[in-house]
Amino acid sequence: MSKTDLTRRGLLKTGAVAGAGVALPTIFTAQSASAFTNEPTGGSVTLGFNVPQTGPYADEGADELRAYELAVEHLNGGGDGGMMSTFSSKALQGNGILGKKVEYVTGDTQTKADAARASAKSMIEKDGAVMITGGSSSGVAVAVQALCQEAGVIFMAGLTHSNDTTGKDRKANGFRHFFNSYMSGAALAPVLAGAYGTDRKAYHLTADYNWGYTTEEAVKASTEALGWETVAAVKTPLTQTDFSSYIAPVLQSGADTLVLNHYGGNMVNSLTNAVQFGLRDKQVNGKDFQIIVPLYSRLMAKGAGANVKGIFGSTNWHWSLQDEGSKAFVKSFGTKYGFPPSQAAHTCYVQALLYADAVERAGSFNPCAVVEALEGFEFDGMGNGKTLYRADDHQCFKDVLVVKGKENPDSEFDLLEIVEVTPVDQVTYAPDHPQMGGAEATLGTCNPGA
Amino acid sequence: MDNSRSNLTATTGVLGAIVAFFVVVGLLFGVEATILQTLDGLSKGSAYALIALGLTLIFGTLGVVNFAHGALFMIGAFCAVTLSRVLTLSHTVIDESKTDFLGNPSKIQVPYLYDWFGKETGDAIIDWAVPLAILFSIPIMVLVGIVMERGLIKHFYKRPHADQILVTFGLAIVLQEIIKAFYGANPIPTPAPAAFSGSFDFGAMLGFDPNVIIYPYWRIIYFAFGALLIGGVFAFLQFTTFGMVVRAGMADRETVQLLGINIDRRFTLMFGLAAAVAGLAGVMYTPINSPNYHMGMDFLVLSFVVVVVGGMGSLPGAVLAGFLLGVLEAFASMGEVLEVLPGLNQIIIFLVAIIILLTRPRGLMGRKGVMEE
Repeated sequence: MSKTDLTRRGLLKTGAVAGAGVALPTIFTAQSASAFTNEPTGGSVTLGFNVPQTGPYADEGADELRAYELAVEHLNGGGDGGMMSTFSSKALQGNGILGKKVEYVTGDTQTKADAARASAKSMIEKDGAVMITGGSSSGVAVAVQALCQEAGVIFMAGLTHSNDTTGKDRKANGFRHFFNSYMSGAALAPVLAGAYGTDRKAYHLTADYNWGYTTEEAVKASTEALGWETVAAVKTPLTQTDFSSYIAPVLQSGADTLVLNHYGGNMVNSLTNAVQFGLRDKQVNGKDFQIIVPLYSRLMAKGAGANVKGIFGSTNWHWSLQDEGSKAFVKSFGTKYGFPPSQAAHTCYVQALLYADAVERAGSFNPCAVVEALEGFEFDGMGNGKTLYRADDHQCFKDVLVVKGKENPDSEFDLLEIVEVTPVDQVTYAPDHPQMGGAEATLGTCNPGA
Repeated sequence: MDNSRSNLTATTGVLGAIVAFFVVVGLLFGVEATILQTLDGLSKGSAYALIALGLTLIFGTLGVVNFAHGALFMIGAFCAVTLSRVLTLSHTVIDESKTDFLGNPSKIQVPYLYDWFGKETGDAIIDWAVPLAILFSIPIMVLVGIVMERGLIKHFYKRPHADQILVTFGLAIVLQEIIKAFYGANPIPTPAPAAFSGSFDFGAMLGFDPNVIIYPYWRIIYFAFGALLIGGVFAFLQFTTFGMVVRAGMADRETVQLLGINIDRRFTLMFGLAAAVAGLAGVMYTPINSPNYHMGMDFLVLSFVVVVVGGMGSLPGAVLAGFLLGVLEAFASMGEVLEVLPGLNQIIIFLVAIIILLTRPRGLMGRKGVMEE
């Protein structure tokens, strides 16, 4: 057996000295030289795409990722340029962002707040991502937005519909292009009143989490303002799969309308169960029973099959829109992947372009410069008509689509038909609206990190 | 003798408690709501009972705690999905009169069944995919069960229960990821035949107002199917020689082996049977909720609670507990209950499990000596 002179104390000392020696150069260079977190120094810039790649929203996450890949291709000058040609701002040249080639890393949110934070953190700290974007849940968006605020990077939210993302949990470094619960309620109520009258008794089933609450509140407030009565609002666990016990008492309650404040798997199951009960064939209070799904997603409507037929809801964007921006995007996405993009893909693609454009206009990747460029930014040509990124809460204000499940679909993508494009004025609210966290909700100040 | 007397007391006690329960809820919520939620509980309970029956069958025969049992339920459901995909296998026809979303001529998918039998018969066959899947899934599920037992679980008989749980749980994850890789993460609508859509008006039949006590046809069928299948399994174990040997083996494996009977082979077949029961429960469940890859996990924990409440290794216990917990869950989900006790719907099953385990540690109908070594 050989004998070494290594002692524990000795090893620690040597380790400490060596460690300090290795760390020394970076102490004086990396930190002091950069003005903000992950300042891109070479010929490329890294963006972090944080989408659900596993778990129940994996298909929606996959569509988001396709959109981001397309956006990166277009930003770097590849493909047909998609919406870059219809975008009202002409700052993007197809030569990357500020001349730097766009590269990306991806993370898996798993649609869990802690997993999403961990993957965002890893992309910021290990991969040097200067911006984080994506996601398919408000719980995730709120959590990742707070992390990006602390880390000093920009967060461009993906699909998140809860009021809180740009309401009570708004952050200076976070931006949302997608619409929200308030806007859904405000857009839907008049259409519902037109179709079903102002004398309705509504029964709400609400997913028991952040997004469910804000959606229930928004739909209740706007339908009650038009004369509807809410007879009951029952919370259902997020993990619920069989909703029969919640649907069985609906007819007994005297309600003639069922509002399903559910998304994703919840929506597919609760709607399927409600249709199974034959509710829509029934007459209550002398009226045909109706079902409403405030937030529609085409990808998920597919899971409910024929059950969506004739059911009203709202959506941020739909591939059948005929404006130049939408047509360009659908063509570009459809040619590359063989099917039309989802609303999740659309909002993510737009967010990536909006970020890149803001950096170009600001002339810097510095988050505070980007915030300044995006605040109050008005644009067009991105599929939703004239849009404003409001400075007060970093929420996009644009037209909202009221849709209905199509009775005779032409193809497997042709599930929803647009009933009305609700003008932006009708869905605009004050930044300190009670549903948005009231006067206490503030953005704080932008954090460049480093 | 002693045992049967204590069983009798237990059964009387349980029956008494059930009657008392219905009297109380009937007074609290009214007769209509009680009938409706009971129906719903029984239909929910039949899924729990079917899955728990297979679980406890495997535990009673092979002594294995099978966490992959939920995955067998899920694979059963995907047998129905697969059959409906096979039936709708199509070839593409270009329709120049219509355009797709990119403005190119539409590609229309025409199922081969249309070519062979004409549109009407073809549609009828496709419409009946789920009932047809019952026949299609039985051989597949038995095979899956046998392969699973011979290929993996057999090697864990002599290992501690913790090892068995880990390996079967791992297997469940592998199986669901395989299904996800093939079918994606989104739920896939697999409707019941059109003849069974809509709901039956119990209220009108019983003399109440119409449109108050209605319950979907398919869920009633599910309950009837579940009851038949459970009855079939019990009859098989009770009235066939094979069943008798299996029961003898469950009671005393060594003695049966000493009599020169290859009990292992019979237990393997029982694993196949349990897999088929779970699979059939899955097939029939597809019209109730569009199947997705993690539906098995949703049922797994619940089924274990059902088995524990019923008593480890007790077949009637599993069935009784399945229906009991189904009914309790249905009542706990009522708006009136949630107003007073918010969140009760999420904990009721576990609450009952705790109470039962504290008062009857072997479960409702558990046998002495099971999992007590």
